Amino acid sequence: MSGNSFYTRKLHSLLGVIPLGLFLIEHALTNYSAFEGGPEKFQKSVHGLHDLPLIFFLELFFIWLPILFHGVYGLYLAFTSNLNTGRFQYGRNWAFALQRITGVLTFIFIIWHLWQIRVQVALGELTTEEFGSKMYDIMHNPAYFVLYLIGVLAATFHFSNGLWAFLVSWGITIGPRAQRISSRICMGIFVIMSVLFILSMFAFRGDEFATVSAVAASTLQLG
Amino acid sequence: MAETATAKRTVKFIITRQDNPEAAPYTEEFEVPYRPNMNVISALMEIQRNPVKADGTKTTPVVWESNCLEEVCGACSMVINGKPRQACSALIDKLEQPVRIAPMKTFPVVRDLVINRERMFQALKRVKAWIPIDGTYDLGPGPRMAETKRQWAYELSKCMTCGVCLEACPNVNDRSSFIGPAAISQVRLFNAHPTGEMNAHERLEALMTDGGIEGCGNSQNCVRSCPKGIPLTTSIAAINKDTTKHMFKKWFTM
Repeated sequence: MSGNSFYTRKLHSLLGVIPLGLFLIEHALTNYSAFEGGPEKFQKSVHGLHDLPLIFFLELFFIWLPILFHGVYGLYLAFTSNLNTGRFQYGRNWAFALQRITGVLTFIFIIWHLWQIRVQVALGELTTEEFGSKMYDIMHNPAYFVLYLIGVLAATFHFSNGLWAFLVSWGITIGPRAQRISSRICMGIFVIMSVLFILSMFAFRGDEFATVSAVAASTLQLG
Repeated sequence: MAETATAKRTVKFIITRQDNPEAAPYTEEFEVPYRPNMNVISALMEIQRNPVKADGTKTTPVVWESNCLEEVCGACSMVINGKPRQACSALIDKLEQPVRIAPMKTFPVVRDLVINRERMFQALKRVKAWIPIDGTYDLGPGPRMAETKRQWAYELSKCMTCGVCLEACPNVNDRSSFIGPAAISQVRLFNAHPTGEMNAHERLEALMTDGGIEGCGNSQNCVRSCPKGIPLTTSIAAINKDTTKHMFKKWFTM
């Protein structure tokens, strides 16, 4: 990479938390609304997001460009690391290795997930009203379900452990006690976010999501 | 009798050897007579006296480096049973057998177990790990250091540039230019010194360039491996804080 890698690495660390980590939390909550309130609540959450002003620029500057930079530079960082968990089987060394493995998995998963949803919307093949039924179809394919499960766990781990590393890299948690406590908090975040995503994955399997596009279409007609 | 049993006891070694920096590595097995309280160095000395392999054929003596034999010089670093450590403090009684010995491959291998730790000394020069006090007249005594600070700074001063932390670090390799944990901890040491502090920004800026502190990936193997028990990850995080502050200070004052 050209330029000074100190600043590149700092930017990489920052973007992982702000905005990408915040977006992942938002995504977990939007999906969870499917578990909490079924298709209506999920649809409301989706619309609430898509109705934000300047949505194109929000997506461009707070999601697409940060993901592109964080992902591509992250692949380069993973390439420059050795994995030596065979020799040093300490928890933190495993977290180091998993951070790189889940990073690569998450990047691949996000590209696939974007292709399935966001790109189809851009191509006019999918509307925001059809998200529920689209997820119903995906979650009823056993292979897709497993791949989504792996992708979601990889993403939440990568974010939670990355948050721990962010606190160290920016000099916020310095001593071993502070780093131990922040490690527990971050693993708590990993568990909570994983549960939110997995519950919403099961919620999308419910029959009420199969007909959500029909419901949306009929309400449109009624309206 | 116990004595005859002890006399017959031997210790098996599997040593990774290499004839010159370009040659391919190979392993040789040795069987050394056991003596009470022996360490890896004394076993290597025995092989040097009688360079005969376990199968009875003669070979060249195994080459290694060592000086102090009390774990303060850092010269005899090698990989013993998979872990990088000092050979002088590796007691045979506490090691699983056969004892596997290999050079620390993160560094260029000169021959057998001898490695070239030049990059560590270059790193110390790069971060200016010294205190400039030279002048044309007597500058008088410097400012005093608080006793509480001296106590933790003393722990950092125990670093013997042995290279074990670099060998343990997954980010120190030929695909990355990461300076390694040792030099970062030395920046913390010299920046903590009341006179050294006057040049703190120079050391921080040296770590804010390619191959500096940003190369740390927080695997924390270094702090687990350091033979001197130096809190390397605390040093790295403290310097992370200092470099971050220095970055903002530069942005907003320039």
